[in-house]
Amino acid sequence: MKERLEGLRTEALQELQHVDTPQQLNDLRVKYLGKKGALTEILRGMGGLSAEERPIIGQVGNDVRAAIESVINEKQDAFQQAETNNRLLAETLDVTLPGKALPTGSVHPLNKVAQEIEDVFIGLGYTIAEGPEVETDYYNFEALNLPKNHPARDMQDSFYVTDDILMRTHTSPVQVRTMKAMNGQTPVKVICPGKVYRRDDDDATHSFQFNQIEGLVIGKNIRMSDLKGTLLQFVQQMFGAQAQIRLRPSFFPFTEPSAEVDVTCVQCGGKGCRMCKHTGWLEILGCGMVHPRVLEMGGYDPEEVSGFAFGMGVERIALLKYGIDDIRHFYTNDLRFLGQFARM
Amino acid sequence: MRVSYKWLNEYIDLSGFTGEELAEKMTRGGIEIDVVESRNKGVNGVVVGYVKSKEKHPDADKLNVCKVDVGTGEELQIVCGAKNVDAGQLVPVAVIGAVLPGDFKIKRAKLRGVESQGMICSAKELGLNEKLLPKEQQEGILVLPAATKIGTPIGEVLGIDDQVLELDLTPNRSDCLSMIGVAYEIGALTGREVRLPETVINHTSVSTESLVSVKISAEEHCSHYSARYIKGVKVGESPLWLQNRLIAAGIRPISNVVDVTNFVMLEYGQPLHAFDADRLPGGRIDVRLAKAGETLVTLDDQERKLEPHMLVITDGEKPIALAGVMGGASTEVTGETVNILLESAKFDGGTVRKTSRQLGLRSESSIRFEKEVDPARVIPALDRAASLIAQLSEGLVTEGIVEASTAAVKPVQVPVSLEKINGYLGTELSRLEVQTIFGRLHFEYELSDSNVFTVNAPTRRGDITRAVDLIEEVARLHGYDEIPTTLIHGDVVPGSLTKPQSIRRELRKRLSDAGLHEVVSYSFTGPERTKLFPALAEHTNPVKLAMPMSEDRSVLRTTLVVQLLETAAYNRNRKNESAALFEIGSVFHTDEEQLTRLPQEKHRFAALLTGNRTEAQWNAKASQVDFYDAKGILETIFAVLGLTASVSYEAAQPEHFHPGRTAAVLLHTPKGNEVIGYVGQLHPALQLQADLADTYVLEIGLDLIYELADSGIEYKVLPRYPAMQRDIALVVDHEVAAAKLTGVAWEIGSELLESVRVFDVYTGEKLGAGKKSVALSLIYRHGERTLTDEEVTELHGKVVLQLEQSFAAELRK
Repeated sequence: MKERLEGLRTEALQELQHVDTPQQLNDLRVKYLGKKGALTEILRGMGGLSAEERPIIGQVGNDVRAAIESVINEKQDAFQQAETNNRLLAETLDVTLPGKALPTGSVHPLNKVAQEIEDVFIGLGYTIAEGPEVETDYYNFEALNLPKNHPARDMQDSFYVTDDILMRTHTSPVQVRTMKAMNGQTPVKVICPGKVYRRDDDDATHSFQFNQIEGLVIGKNIRMSDLKGTLLQFVQQMFGAQAQIRLRPSFFPFTEPSAEVDVTCVQCGGKGCRMCKHTGWLEILGCGMVHPRVLEMGGYDPEEVSGFAFGMGVERIALLKYGIDDIRHFYTNDLRFLGQFARM
Repeated sequence: MRVSYKWLNEYIDLSGFTGEELAEKMTRGGIEIDVVESRNKGVNGVVVGYVKSKEKHPDADKLNVCKVDVGTGEELQIVCGAKNVDAGQLVPVAVIGAVLPGDFKIKRAKLRGVESQGMICSAKELGLNEKLLPKEQQEGILVLPAATKIGTPIGEVLGIDDQVLELDLTPNRSDCLSMIGVAYEIGALTGREVRLPETVINHTSVSTESLVSVKISAEEHCSHYSARYIKGVKVGESPLWLQNRLIAAGIRPISNVVDVTNFVMLEYGQPLHAFDADRLPGGRIDVRLAKAGETLVTLDDQERKLEPHMLVITDGEKPIALAGVMGGASTEVTGETVNILLESAKFDGGTVRKTSRQLGLRSESSIRFEKEVDPARVIPALDRAASLIAQLSEGLVTEGIVEASTAAVKPVQVPVSLEKINGYLGTELSRLEVQTIFGRLHFEYELSDSNVFTVNAPTRRGDITRAVDLIEEVARLHGYDEIPTTLIHGDVVPGSLTKPQSIRRELRKRLSDAGLHEVVSYSFTGPERTKLFPALAEHTNPVKLAMPMSEDRSVLRTTLVVQLLETAAYNRNRKNESAALFEIGSVFHTDEEQLTRLPQEKHRFAALLTGNRTEAQWNAKASQVDFYDAKGILETIFAVLGLTASVSYEAAQPEHFHPGRTAAVLLHTPKGNEVIGYVGQLHPALQLQADLADTYVLEIGLDLIYELADSGIEYKVLPRYPAMQRDIALVVDHEVAAAKLTGVAWEIGSELLESVRVFDVYTGEKLGAGKKSVALSLIYRHGERTLTDEEVTELHGKVVLQLEQSFAAELRK
């Protein structure tokens, strides 16, 4: 029996040497090792062996099975390997073809810039206040120290709806509404963003509709130096740590002292270029200490509290920030324009 | 205000400052200088010449050949084409090598065969502004006065070797509408002294009172009226120096009398007016309000209808001038005028302003009165002008001033403490520093031991009335740069966005991330466009502007969608046929015809989809947007806002929407269901009109959403027991809405049903006409145990049965 087993091994190994296909290999596995295969056939005769012979022959049978299995597995692996290799060879892509992009829309540049400005002030502890775009003469002018027939009203030509109702010319009425809502409480620390309207012929730098962001701070002992400090913090966060500010005396009916604020030119860093008309400075803000009349009308005692206010045009900052050549692009909404603001 | 450097130098020493340096100093001190303009526009080498003879050009009718002496000893032959050239004239001559504006170099030339050694110039060729030239000088060559010296450089003669500073004055600094005011400002900035003009009047023995009387009937509108009388004037051209001053300031010389009134107005800031005294037969002046129905022909020959709020100067009977705005034609000073009544007054600013606004008549005079002239200069300006007129016109000033006044000028005293100044500015100024600043401003003050300054505000500075006005003066003269930068004392409060702001930001972010582009449109639109979508306009009226710039921007928008449509059409015309747009903004509604209260401002969100959802690419076909893309936007944002369960959609047919492809969006509020907007396809007729492909729009109100949005995330334990899924397909009538089917499923299966999803909708011949198959996937789950097959089968069976009964549905096998 031992010889038959050894013979089977020789025969099987011999035959396995000539296997070319996975099918042939499988056939041989069935032929030799299957339930009805040759090895099982031989071992079925073990019943006739003595108790001493049985373990010996059993061992030989196991060795023969192991030897055949080992070769079959080896062959099997080789076939698998070859198949994988073939598949990989067939599976090449043109990696230069474009992929499927995620959709990319855009936030309008005016809102993008407004949000950026808002975030700087939120970081400085401000909350955001809003109010109507159609306002009463009282909130837009009178409560801001601009009585009817005051020459300073010429500074802002307005769109009236009736004698007493108009499109707001600045977001300052929101400051008045905020003061009244605070009922004399301090501190007040708000910014007021929104659309405003002034009668102006549209051209590359003027628009009858534009966006403002104004700020108002009221508290005990608020000083003009605090205003300068606040604006410096703002421009450095907005335009970079190298940005400086310069205040020039000016006039607004609702603040005194008042100032126009220049910031270091974003284009040339202050060296002088076409953008800043070779001055090194760009005018971006108006500001001042809240006029005592405005505090009084807002329900505060100017002997007890003081405050500052500032305001800027969002369009102006967006024009500077992105180097846009014409303010009208903001309202034309050409997709070729909007698409450029999809970036972070 | 245009300020000539040379002229200004007569009132204050400007040595050491160029025009540009002066401009910078003033700008940093609060008076902004727009431009520093050189008056010489590029003239070089032009001198005064004497035309000795003039002969006709042998070969050209229109040319003359002149012999000219320019003081060099050599006689020049110059061919000249001007009609007015003549022998005996003094004229500007550009000699060979001279340069005229525009870099025009004068060379030796032959004109029709005759040599010309230079050019005789017109005023225009010398770069003078034509509009500012006296009429005689507007055509032909410039003829200079007889006294002009031959050979003098023309820049000297015309005073154009000068610079003009253009002041951009803020409304509070009307004191700088005068040369003297500007001199005071520079005095404050530099510490130099101001030199005021000296006036001497040599009067006749005739008393003015015997010739004229003055009365103010409208007391509230005129606090002071004064006049002088000048006899025997010869009205004629002003001397060049006077003309040059006016031209530099941008005023056209007219005649010696009128020019002096303008000159003194520029000098003192006090407008003056000269009447032809012989046209005032009664010799009476009465300042009163106009009467209804009165008219006046003003100097510009326009007949003005007067109204009872307008202040007029009358001759006791009829109006002869609009006070402070413009004189009347009937009393105009002309070449024949012999006697002059000269007026200097203080008219109320508001009164002048109202009249000038209403008549659309803004003059150098009204600009100054509007901002309140200095009451202390009424008389000095009158005297100065009278003396100059007498001097330049050979007239005689009669003795005394006739005047009337209604209110004494009250001195304004303003106290401010050193402590307050420093506390307000954040500075540490000393008593002496503040004293120096007030000193330079020529502000008189008393200083107490406790460092309180009590300042007597000068009348020329009407803007100084409160302590802050003084603090501002200190701040600007100390220099804004010198104020330190500090941080606010006190409690730090956290900053934050409000809920509506957070929601809008979230929408912007989600929508832009999903491929939509945000637009910002004008709030103004045309009236017909507000009527396009009455359902979105909520059947209200648009708000009308009183004086719109144009018809198509005459009302406030009532919807956002209209402008999205226009934006899509604009982009389509630029070959962008696909667009995914959104806007967040206000619309304005009112139920009034004429507003008596503020309109309703409603925050809206709108979107528009047109063309392709995705463009064709090598691995994907182009696909067009459809209704469900638009609806999907809403569903996504409602999911983000925690409102999915509070929103439903119902088929609707609002005007200008596709009647079969539009839904009303309903929000379930505590008060019941409210339609907050619509989503649907544009009506095909409108699409065609706008030249757009299939276009889907939506617009919803945000105000209720702000209220109800729920941003609170509540964690739910992950399911621990398995779910069971049952899929069914139901054949129903075409009209049966999918939401009805899912609604019934929820109603019956609620105890175990976790979700119902429509995963297929099919129509086809096999089903028969008017039928469709809707496939639902139902998932059942119990939170605390594993479901048994039997209980799911039982419940699911009930669901199916109810669906079959409610909708005559057939289960598709």
